[in-house]
Amino acid sequence: MEPLLVHPDPPPPELARLLDLGGHTWKPVGDERTAISETPDDGWGGAIVVVGEQSDAAWGLCRAIRKGDLPVEPLLLLIGGNRLDELDLRDELYDDFCLDPFHPRELEARLRHLFWRAGSGTAPELVEYADLVLNLETYQAAIAGTPLDLTYMEYELLKFLAQHPGKVFTRETLLSRVWGYEYYGGARTVDVHIRRLRAKLGEEHASLIATVRSVGYRFGQSRWGV
Amino acid sequence: MDRQKEYVLRTVEERGVRLIRLWFTDVLGQLKSFAISPAELEGAFEDGMLFDGSAIDGFSRRQESDVLARPDAGTFEILPWDAKGETTARIFCDLTTLGGQPFAGDPRQVLRRNLDAAREQGYSFFVGPEVEFFYFKDNDPTKPLQPLDTGSYFDLTTADVSSDLRRRTIHHLEALGIPVEYSFHEDSPSQHEIDLRHTDALTMADNVMTLRLVVKETALSQGVHATFMPKPLRDVQGSGMHTHLSLFEGDGNAFHDPAEPYLLSKTGQAFVAGLLHHAAEITAVTNQLVNSYKRLIVGTEAPSSITWARNHRAALVRVPETRVGKEEAVRIEYRSPDAALNPYLAYSLLLAAGLKGVTEGYTLPDEATPYLESSPREQAKADVPDLPQSLAEALDAMEGSTLVRETLGDHIFEWFLRNKRAEWAEYKAQVTPFELLRYLPTW
Repeated sequence: MEPLLVHPDPPPPELARLLDLGGHTWKPVGDERTAISETPDDGWGGAIVVVGEQSDAAWGLCRAIRKGDLPVEPLLLLIGGNRLDELDLRDELYDDFCLDPFHPRELEARLRHLFWRAGSGTAPELVEYADLVLNLETYQAAIAGTPLDLTYMEYELLKFLAQHPGKVFTRETLLSRVWGYEYYGGARTVDVHIRRLRAKLGEEHASLIATVRSVGYRFGQSRWGV
Repeated sequence: MDRQKEYVLRTVEERGVRLIRLWFTDVLGQLKSFAISPAELEGAFEDGMLFDGSAIDGFSRRQESDVLARPDAGTFEILPWDAKGETTARIFCDLTTLGGQPFAGDPRQVLRRNLDAAREQGYSFFVGPEVEFFYFKDNDPTKPLQPLDTGSYFDLTTADVSSDLRRRTIHHLEALGIPVEYSFHEDSPSQHEIDLRHTDALTMADNVMTLRLVVKETALSQGVHATFMPKPLRDVQGSGMHTHLSLFEGDGNAFHDPAEPYLLSKTGQAFVAGLLHHAAEITAVTNQLVNSYKRLIVGTEAPSSITWARNHRAALVRVPETRVGKEEAVRIEYRSPDAALNPYLAYSLLLAAGLKGVTEGYTLPDEATPYLESSPREQAKADVPDLPQSLAEALDAMEGSTLVRETLGDHIFEWFLRNKRAEWAEYKAQVTPFELLRYLPTW
């Protein structure tokens, strides 16, 4: 599955969260040069460019994409209502746009539609790691063939972790990426849910989620051996 | 429809769930439930499920007895013990009026309101209970109670019925996403304890409701009766529910300050002072049965006076010493509650009493260790207030309390007092075996 190019780096947290929850793989990109050097082997699956305060950089990146330096399709803009004038005479630079701040369901619908038109999709159907399988289409998880009974947040947390094997996440990162900023249990909530997930994974598989002392948590091992 | 609801609907479909139990709690803390079929669930999320609440304890009102149960999708769990191959799930509900306002008789809404108020002040409230209970061979009150074992504190009994029951219970709890920190045989024969790992107060109140059901269901499946009755046997310790309280400000422990004595921050000291100051007023809720007060007597491990200490187990509030390297884990333990309480209301009041101490800047009285170690006669002379000695005294203390009225809301406050006064009146009218044995021969 080719990742989405997302500008700027870092992207707004609510955008990152939406993409994670939607099961999209993506990479933040600050400028054209890194976009080229970071291009995955199979290319990009599409691009989301936020036209914000640094709009010159954003438009520059769009132009590079359209010139063919960086072959990326489709390209969706996120743009503030006060910047709509900037769309004038730039029709060739984007495939669709969405007002920022965005409504999550609208943005998802636009992404889906763009991918449908482009005949592609960036959301994988299955996440697999060792004995664990998550079906993102049906929201079901199973370990060694046995279905796991998870609450929604347990499922989202497991999905996020399993999509990034080997990577160490702090509690704060997990909280902001999986729960969003509105949750008021604080970072302890993450510990509570990790503990619950381990219990549900069962003794044999509980060690899939490792505690990294005074940092946070890591799921499994990186597939690239780093 | 938000993702969480979509997740639940999809899971119901994928897992072949046949029945969904909608759970809520009455004012006395009994779990109530009605079941719907999967086809109704989407509508229940959108519009709520209408039911007549007039026959539910504490819900009755003169008009509009209809209320809406709105399933809280985050609490969806598939029940691990359902027999006959029929997959059943449960969801806790929030109750609203037909107009969509939180229903004043719903204890879960009361706790939500109080947690929201604490959140406005920047606090989140975590709770960890230690739940004690007994196993008996049956629940026939006309015969002497028959414990299942004769074990005592921390006994590692052989593979007997009760340790097997406890093991099954813990598996069920863990499968329901309720992590168990410790479990062991308690002091009295056939008495057991399960300590839950702390979590936010709303989830924990749900967990306590679930735990009571799981303990009883698991026991029943083996033909055994489990009870949370506070004092079922006369001469041994009763069952309590010591409750550990933590308060967080952002991600920091609001009770921790390395510069203060016992590492207990100014906020923590004022919180303890608030608990002590309002202890008598909230006792009718933390200990709501006539029988509760037979546990709270001098000479047992249960507290009988309004005191705090670091290590004395007869104190009402304990500030446990933390392990080296874990100093930031400072917390407060409130030791009077028993497991026959309504956790939503009790947690609301513990939070409100503590926070009242913080906002009003109450000062912490002296630690009571010397007092608690003195003889009962010296204790009687000392100027330390007692906890209410009976349900009647506790109700008197509650009745005059603005704090309790505001925390619970008028509806529950007034209903609770009426209901419990009636319970006390009924108890007072009894002629007990004690009276007959003692007075009949001599008078």
